[in-house]
Amino acid sequence: MAKKFMYMNTKAPYGTIYALESLEVVLIGAAFEQDVSLAFIDDGVYQLTKGQNTDGIGMKNFSPTYSALGDYDVNKIYVEKESLEERGLTLDDLQHLTWEDEDEDWAEKDSIKLVSRAELADILDDQDVVLSF
Amino acid sequence: MPIEVNGKQLEVDEEGYLANLNDWEPAVAEVMAKAEDVELGEDHWEIINFLREYYEEYQIAPAVRVLTKAVGKKLGKEKGNSKYLYELFPYGPGKQACKYAGLPKPTGCV
Repeated sequence: MAKKFMYMNTKAPYGTIYALESLEVVLIGAAFEQDVSLAFIDDGVYQLTKGQNTDGIGMKNFSPTYSALGDYDVNKIYVEKESLEERGLTLDDLQHLTWEDEDEDWAEKDSIKLVSRAELADILDDQDVVLSF
Repeated sequence: MPIEVNGKQLEVDEEGYLANLNDWEPAVAEVMAKAEDVELGEDHWEIINFLREYYEEYQIAPAVRVLTKAVGKKLGKEKGNSKYLYELFPYGPGKQACKYAGLPKPTGCV
């Protein structure tokens, strides 16, 4: 039976390797057909921001890869409301991530779901495995 | 060992993938295919070009399952299946086609 895997993303995209490593683990793990969710909290919300530009820091801009998550059947992406607000961000500052529902004639659906800290706590409670990056 | 393409020595990793994405030109695919006794036809190029576009957009080489699905959507169902893709790229459409396309090995391929 598929287990529920949650990948918690808590750090800014560049400056440490955590964000990129997490994304790679998610993509690799997606091959194993588990029930995968991602959460973005604290500075982790910056990973999803639009218009990232890494010119000058010598790192690859891997933010376009988040748009491929839908292709990998990763379509439960939770963003914590309080973390966004504390940083003066709104959903409009984030990439618009979607997935296509094969069961509904490939209807395009939003992957990102804004949740409160309390709601996220409940979602975490429901997981079999939680990996924090 | 580097490969020679149009008189230039291009660095590859131990599995034959280009070390530098920017070294790629169509002749790279020809040289790699020849070494594996594959003659590249239009159908091969369609997939190679598809992969390069996918990488351009998403910055990753897709896993074979994702490639198959994406090809089916873009090029039609008769091409978006493992049989068709494995006939073109018998060493595995993910690995072999990505290599010819100058991309890194697909994330998740071992």
